[in-house]
Amino acid sequence: MSWFESKEKPKIPQAKALWAICPKCMSHFEKKVWKDNARICPKCGYHGRLSARERIAQIADDGTFAETFREVGYSDHLKFHDATGPYKDKVEATIEKTGETESIVMGCCEIGGHKVMLGVMDFAFMGGSLGTGTGERIARACEKAIEERRPLVLFSASGGARMHEGILSLMQMAKTSAAIGRLKDAGLPYISVLTDPTTGGVSASYAMLGDINITEPRALIGFAGRRVIENTIHQKLPDDFQSAEYLEKHGFIDKIVSRKDMKPFIAKMLNYWGF
Amino acid sequence: MAKRANVKTAMDRVKLARDPKRPHIGDFIRLMCSDFEELHGDRLVNDDRALVGGFATIDDEKVLVLGHNKGATVEENMAANFGMVNPDGYRKAMRLAKLAEKFHVPVVTFVDTPGAYPGDTAEARGQAEAIAKSLEFFAGLKTPIVVVVTGEGGSGGALAIAVGDTVLMLENAVYSVISPEGCAGILWRDGAKAPEAAEALKITASDLLKLGAIDEIVKEPAGGAQKNHEAAAANVMKAVLKAIRSLKGLAIDDLLDRRYAKLRAMGNFFK
Repeated sequence: MSWFESKEKPKIPQAKALWAICPKCMSHFEKKVWKDNARICPKCGYHGRLSARERIAQIADDGTFAETFREVGYSDHLKFHDATGPYKDKVEATIEKTGETESIVMGCCEIGGHKVMLGVMDFAFMGGSLGTGTGERIARACEKAIEERRPLVLFSASGGARMHEGILSLMQMAKTSAAIGRLKDAGLPYISVLTDPTTGGVSASYAMLGDINITEPRALIGFAGRRVIENTIHQKLPDDFQSAEYLEKHGFIDKIVSRKDMKPFIAKMLNYWGF
Repeated sequence: MAKRANVKTAMDRVKLARDPKRPHIGDFIRLMCSDFEELHGDRLVNDDRALVGGFATIDDEKVLVLGHNKGATVEENMAANFGMVNPDGYRKAMRLAKLAEKFHVPVVTFVDTPGAYPGDTAEARGQAEAIAKSLEFFAGLKTPIVVVVTGEGGSGGALAIAVGDTVLMLENAVYSVISPEGCAGILWRDGAKAPEAAEALKITASDLLKLGAIDEIVKEPAGGAQKNHEAAAANVMKAVLKAIRSLKGLAIDDLLDRRYAKLRAMGNFFK
């Protein structure tokens, strides 16, 4: 193959250190610009992915976040092993890399002075997948919220159920949805924020069950993957398919809220509802 | 034929579970119910043929039957979208189950789907929302629910009608978070490694019983249910009636607490 056909991108080491590239519009910015703008692309408005800790820092009132259920971790019921090795090794490496012990960080905090139970998923932890530990943390959060009369706010970011945990990861969809149902029956609000990306078993369980479902501009939200759908219907899908804007247009999202307005928006809703 | 009787690997079960000659919902209804009145539509946009529902009598028990419908002939397969449900199907299931709840009629669901339909129209009408809502809805439904996994329990599309008080599973049925082919494609980067993935995912009835994901295995006739629909349906009928009769006596609050506790214990590692 000739050099001009090569699909490999040229490697310029300094570029990576200085520049950030918007994954949606491919515009280049100084990393500082990207960071100072809460990881929002100044050109297309795409909201870049955040770690759970970055998100908590943006949402929780300063110094109010008290983490809960950190002791609830993953479990390897199946002793799962694939082509690249045991699940246990992968998840331990993820724990090492991210400093988190599951794909959701849960805790009590205040948002604009309103006491809430807050959960934030971290896509860097096994693609934000829903494992038994994730489901257990969410179920416990619902129960604690009921006990302490706290509204629940969850930020989702996930590729779906964690297949390494087999059927029990699937069952977390039912378990979390049942727990959310109990929370709602207790007259408590649940605000679901679907962030980029929220798909598969997570969008098909607690993430879509908010009393209000909100999202950020240009986030990817859907059930099945784009390629799977294209192979099923033998058609190319439009660019905006499964975008936040597409979901709002079809009636599954209450509002698209910019990251900079997220905290006051949540506080305002809780205020409307008397919490 | 001799091979079929000698089921060894998880992939053997997958093949049996997908066998087109296996009894489908139409067969179970015909063989188990003395009468059946199908009711149609979600009252919103459509009547999804991939999920059928209606009131029926099993022995002397009045029930609501809900189930995935793959269809028995090519024409039926097409009309039923091979058992791949659209959001409309799940919304129809909820509508009918609400009606059953109103009159304290137990619900019996038959689970047999490759998965929820992955299409653009399904996404536009809220596939994720429909499944999510079903899970929440059935967890709180104030009437007994007996689930029978009869063939393929394909992920969220199966689970949407598989939340219940007693979950039965036919001996050669499979139930999984992802198809073995899908899992192999992602984690092995080779769809042909499906047999390895099937083994690793632990998707057979005996595995699921050990993991606490189901309550009881229903035996199949020698060689598999496809060989003798009558015998398979008779075994299912016996197990379903036993389950309904033991659940009917429970007070609704106890029933719901018991159902919640069962779901709550899924994957509970603090035993």
